[in-house]
Amino acid sequence: MNTTTLGTPPTTPSGYAALPGLMSLMTGDEKHDAAATSTLDALWVLYDRVLRVSPSEVDSPGRDRFLLSKGHGPMAYYAVLAAKGFLPVSTLPTFGAYDSPLGHHPDRMLVPGVEIGSGSLGHGLPLAVGAALGLRAQGLADSAVWVLIGDAELDEGSNHEAIAYAGAAGLARLHTLVIDNASATHGWPGGIASRFEAAGWSATTVDGRDHEALYAAYTQPHPDRPHAVVARVEPK
Amino acid sequence: MDTMRERFTAITSRLLDKDPRLAVVLADISADRFADAARAHPDRVINVGIREQLLVSTGGGLALTGMRPIVHTFASFLVERPFEQVKLDFGHQGTGGVLVSAGGSYDWPAGGFTHMAPGDVALLDTLDGWTIHVPGHPDEAEALLRHAAAAGDDRVYLRLSEQSNAAPRPVDGVGLHTVRQGRRGVVVAVGPMMDNVLAAVDGLDVTVLYATTVRPLDTATLRSAAGATDAADVVLVEPYLAGTSSAAAGEALVDLPHRVLGLGVARRELRRYGTIEEHLAGQGLHPAGLRARIADFLGA
Repeated sequence: MNTTTLGTPPTTPSGYAALPGLMSLMTGDEKHDAAATSTLDALWVLYDRVLRVSPSEVDSPGRDRFLLSKGHGPMAYYAVLAAKGFLPVSTLPTFGAYDSPLGHHPDRMLVPGVEIGSGSLGHGLPLAVGAALGLRAQGLADSAVWVLIGDAELDEGSNHEAIAYAGAAGLARLHTLVIDNASATHGWPGGIASRFEAAGWSATTVDGRDHEALYAAYTQPHPDRPHAVVARVEPK
Repeated sequence: MDTMRERFTAITSRLLDKDPRLAVVLADISADRFADAARAHPDRVINVGIREQLLVSTGGGLALTGMRPIVHTFASFLVERPFEQVKLDFGHQGTGGVLVSAGGSYDWPAGGFTHMAPGDVALLDTLDGWTIHVPGHPDEAEALLRHAAAAGDDRVYLRLSEQSNAAPRPVDGVGLHTVRQGRRGVVVAVGPMMDNVLAAVDGLDVTVLYATTVRPLDTATLRSAAGATDAADVVLVEPYLAGTSSAAAGEALVDLPHRVLGLGVARRELRRYGTIEEHLAGQGLHPAGLRARIADFLGA
């Protein structure tokens, strides 16, 4: 019997295997380039194994929150939501149509389970700071807040306001997932994780295609500080 | 007499004791005035430092979890600098909150134009669903603050000023109120403009309406008042950008031949320091300046 260096398979491989097909309902293509799938594995592991939220809990005060800040290229996100039952598969072919709930940037007012409307870069992480504070103030200490941003999105200065404050405030239930496809025009000399660490975050960098490594990074303890996971994927 | 800003911090601190849904978000400005409240409610008095984008987004994030944020700093840094956060992190998300500004258009003249926000109301007026209160006295500020804090998930902007009328008037958070009635036209005085307007129109046969809630504008009262005058001539006197409410007044009077004169703060910079009184005169918003322009417009 062969073993794989990629670790154990996802807990519901049929679900993961279904994602390319679900994406093709939106794109019309059978094959997707790296840019379209840059978030796919990271999103799948998060929804499949980490987030405590289900289609029946989208309004539950104590649910975990996932905020997709990098809203462009949302096909992988919609595919994961469909695979997990948050939205009917039948809506996927309407992607981008006038009366579709599925835009090229997601809208929380149109899709159950979508926590924020996004598209303009640099809003998700600051909103996540507020959400983490709001949950803490209401005693919902078990609820985790996750936000997905891109390495190029990190150019937006609003993120750095949020990173600095969240570290200082010790927002231990806040998590930032950075999908790094090396698309920032001026790069991040010295790395992305170091910027979070300098602000007092826990941070780790992993292969964004390695499900077991992602899971380990997602579940790494960080009892007194926020946590960042930098998931590296193929350069854009 | 305390100022509107002093009243705001005192009353908000008390509201925090009673309503667990409320949270205050600050960007250093007024943080010293909330020190006691922060000790009593460390999770609900949040100071993010000098980070105004984060200030507004944090309010938006709190609202996403069901809380009612009260977000406060100077108007220029609350509405103008992080305007996209106001637009996207509240309205686009379908959430609400209370934005409370200080400084207004000319409250710290020695601070110069960087600390003046005459365009704040006009900017917010490009967005859907914002209620805008402009109190003219600390007692009115308190009443409107209490109204806003209890207004469900509404989006509310409360514009505080160092400028105050000598006496408070009843406010209800909704309508225009008739102060006096005349035949030659209607003068609408917004918030802190009231005392100067009353001095300016002394002896003129005009209706005076008092406005502390300017959005949505009470079009029914304005239409009714204008229709009861000889020529439906309307003068708006606003303590922010001149003409901010001219379009709204025009819509109110759409079925009536009318004229509208919008008085307020001009676009051009005065590039002067000094005092509030000097700036009011420089903008023509002192009694003599108002009197001359109102009388000329009405032919009175």
